[in-house]
Amino acid sequence: MRVLVLAKEGAQTDAAAPPRPEAMAEYQKFNEELVKAGVVLGAGRLSPSSQGKRVRFEGKKRTVIDGPWAETKELVAGYWLWQVRSLDEALEWLKRAPYDGGTFEVREISQHEGA
Amino acid sequence: MRSPSTRARDEAFAIDTATAEAHRAIEAIWRIESARLIAGLTRTVGDIGTAEELAQDALVAALEQWPTSGVPERPGAWLMGTAKHRATDLTRRRKTLERKYEELGRDTERDQQVEDLDASIDEDVGDDLLGLIFMACHPVLSKDARVALTLRVLGGLTTEEIARGFLVPVSSIAQRIVRAKRTLDEAHVRFEVPRGAERVARLGSVLEVIYLIFNEGYSATAGTDWVRPALCEEALRLGRILAELVPTEPEVHGLVALMEIHASRLGARVGPSGEPILLLDQDRALWDHLLIRRGLAALERAERLGGAMGPYALQAAIAACHARAATAAETDWPRIVALYDAVAQLAPSPVVELNRAVAVGMAFGPAAGLDLVDALVAEPSLRAYHLLPAVRGDLLRKLGRSAEARSEFERAASLTENVVERKLLERRAAECAAEGMAG
Repeated sequence: MRVLVLAKEGAQTDAAAPPRPEAMAEYQKFNEELVKAGVVLGAGRLSPSSQGKRVRFEGKKRTVIDGPWAETKELVAGYWLWQVRSLDEALEWLKRAPYDGGTFEVREISQHEGA
Repeated sequence: MRSPSTRARDEAFAIDTATAEAHRAIEAIWRIESARLIAGLTRTVGDIGTAEELAQDALVAALEQWPTSGVPERPGAWLMGTAKHRATDLTRRRKTLERKYEELGRDTERDQQVEDLDASIDEDVGDDLLGLIFMACHPVLSKDARVALTLRVLGGLTTEEIARGFLVPVSSIAQRIVRAKRTLDEAHVRFEVPRGAERVARLGSVLEVIYLIFNEGYSATAGTDWVRPALCEEALRLGRILAELVPTEPEVHGLVALMEIHASRLGARVGPSGEPILLLDQDRALWDHLLIRRGLAALERAERLGGAMGPYALQAAIAACHARAATAAETDWPRIVALYDAVAQLAPSPVVELNRAVAVGMAFGPAAGLDLVDALVAEPSLRAYHLLPAVRGDLLRKLGRSAEARSEFERAASLTENVVERKLLERRAAECAAEGMAG
């Protein structure tokens, strides 16, 4: 199964403060382990929401809203796309991530029939 | 207020839920850790059978302790530590036993093993994993044995899961695994990462096993399922792991490319009622473009490493021709013919010739394709191969020879063991019959 792991902005990614080098090294080590285990299909870090845009749909009307937005804890700062055999496996991997704060969300990507 | 008995029951239930949750977590951890665990232990004790038993012992200990103690911070290290403990006990026991039999030569070996124990645990797990892969895929084993053992010790699958994947009785798989371990033992197969010319040959055996697993999932040879995606995913995972372990081997990337591109079509090759949809009829919007991108990248890596002419890279290149075409009509058939020429030179086989004939039929017209297929009709190895009449029927139909096409499709249907495929072929035959009436 494929899961999307979302790092919430309240978590570790504060765009203003670049991560400490040791933290980066730990993160890289963890990520390498994931890649070596054949788990990672993709990953990305998002630029801060101050550079983001939203499009709101109301009937035929489209409104573009500039970032940043207020609900910081719900904002996505980065993502991983993982191939795992169960949601439990994803959770066990995620628990090993070298973070000491924040919230991560794991969501299964539903696949169409037969996939 | 609830009665004490109700509360007791609720508490018992709460404990059960917690236990069930812990067991699920342990199962997931086992899937993550078991290959590394068994690899490290095999390096230490020398044989997969003992290593697996030790690892299983550690798993049992975890199942007993973790539901109450909680999952340790580094579960992999805990499992390894526990298994290592048992290994030391076991080695001592064996030593005592062997001393009784005065097996002095082997004794020294065992002494060394106890000393190696500590050293081996912290060494590079990559080499351990590779050693285990080479051992489980050793050419001394039959293909079936290699596949079962690989899924068991590297995939962390249970015997039941493997049996389900291959639609064979659990007892057959269990027996295959037991026999495989015995064969490795009797042949004194060493735990090692082979080098030089031997490595090339041994790697070929590893790739073959992974591809067999993939194909078993991709085109189930028997039964009612057209695909068993779990086996494809397992093979892909093993391939991706191997590509990280031996990143300079072009054929590994070739195989990964081939599997990624084929897997990209998994969602498109089965219709709503489970019927197979052949490549050229597939809705390409349903192809998994992430896997296609990964496949094309892996192919590029194989080619950059000088492996464009490797058998897997060539097949991947053919698959890539389809993956790159936005519509079936845009397929670069002449290039596919050229690639099949290369495959045929490398490893000539009637099946390759048949595939080449299909490509020639597409590139240069059905008559040219039919000439090549007709030359294969007398080929003894293809006598029971359902795709020969299926391809021939297809070409005849395009040439308007419906009656001949119909009997070819009927013959193909009678030869396949796959129920779903048989239905597809019978439908083709019926369509030809209708066309014959109309013409």
